Amino acid sequence: MKYLKNIAQLKLDSDKCTGCGMCVEVCPHAVFIIDNKKAIITDRDLCMECGACQLNCPFNALDVRKGVGCASAVIKGKLTGSEPSCGCSATSNCC
Amino acid sequence: MGNCSCQNKKPDIVNKSNAVKVSTELSIMDITGRWKARWNIGRMNFKVKPGLYKTGEPDPGSEVFISSNYKMSFDILRKNLTGIDAWIIVLDTAGINVWCAAGKGTFGTDELVRMIDKTSIKDHIDHKRIIVPQLGAPGISAHEVKKQSGLNVAYGPVKASDIKKFLKNNLKTTDKMKKVTFTFSERLILTPTEFVLSLKYSPLFLILLFLIDIIIGGNGLEVFYKDIFIYFGALFSGTVLFPVLLPVLPFRSFALKGWILGMIYIITTNLIVFNSIQGNYIHMLTAPILVSFLSYNFTGSSTFTSLSGVEKELKLSLPLYGLSILSGVAVLLINFF
Repeated sequence: MKYLKNIAQLKLDSDKCTGCGMCVEVCPHAVFIIDNKKAIITDRDLCMECGACQLNCPFNALDVRKGVGCASAVIKGKLTGSEPSCGCSATSNCC
Repeated sequence: MGNCSCQNKKPDIVNKSNAVKVSTELSIMDITGRWKARWNIGRMNFKVKPGLYKTGEPDPGSEVFISSNYKMSFDILRKNLTGIDAWIIVLDTAGINVWCAAGKGTFGTDELVRMIDKTSIKDHIDHKRIIVPQLGAPGISAHEVKKQSGLNVAYGPVKASDIKKFLKNNLKTTDKMKKVTFTFSERLILTPTEFVLSLKYSPLFLILLFLIDIIIGGNGLEVFYKDIFIYFGALFSGTVLFPVLLPVLPFRSFALKGWILGMIYIITTNLIVFNSIQGNYIHMLTAPILVSFLSYNFTGSSTFTSLSGVEKELKLSLPLYGLSILSGVAVLLINFF
């Protein structure tokens, strides 16, 4: 299953990439493959912006707009004027 | 063999360790607790105490697994460690599962490094490996953990049921183990929680409906009952039918998929239950909107939606929701006067 077309904000800087494969290791949707010692984005529409690749890239080659794809978080964020964050805590219901 | 002696290098601390031994079999209490959590009963208080645990009789060569303190996550991990002697470090994620907590950062590098220190796990083992579930990666920076604690993060499989294969495969995940799925049964199991959560605003809604139908509209109870029927049918459609039918509904937007499901719901209900295609105009306008909104809300429970996408959907659907509700009110007023 894929989500909306051309919407995920994921950038890969090939100059910085060393082909270490950490992005392949952590991505839950197989967005990356390593080809000729460089990571390649196979299908951006598969990206859910979880941010795992960016956080685990030792060479800062990845840039993701990290966030939760959660409607109640987005609505809550808009209502309170804060960053969309899932309200999961010991006292409130979420995910 | 030279490295055999390592097995006895740290027997003292291992023997004296305050690691809590846990069973790899789930008790009736564990299972009923999980069932209750699925129905949203005490789900936010289904926790284990953060700290060091063990399954079987681990020694310094045993693997170290990292988990969250949502009891369902911890239970699923230990259940899949049957016959394996292992250490488990439970992080404090405020009772939230690994993936959601990683998204928030509570299952994160800082908490992991803190617990590595607090549990003195490095005194328990003679290697430098810890196994972090791959879904923890949005909160964990493997190279940062290495820098701060000296331990190497090996990302384990998405599903705990693959742990034995992962161990056999020399701590390497296969492509299949890395991939998050959203199968029929994975969607179905979410529906009780979705449905129960959607009931939260029902008392308020029913009071509102009573006011509009009986007090302001001056209708008989029959109209009120019909509205209640349509309302709960819409809740069921949005929270149970939508997750189940997700892949077969057209378009990619959840709100749009849900609106289409809502139209199908109201038209079939009108035909079968009330014997007319268009039925009540207000139902035709409002029921699909309610189903659409509940479906949109399901993005939070799905495994593949992005923040940018969810924001875009809101921008596109809010004006349509508003317009439909206004039209509904307009029809109501026209009928009234």
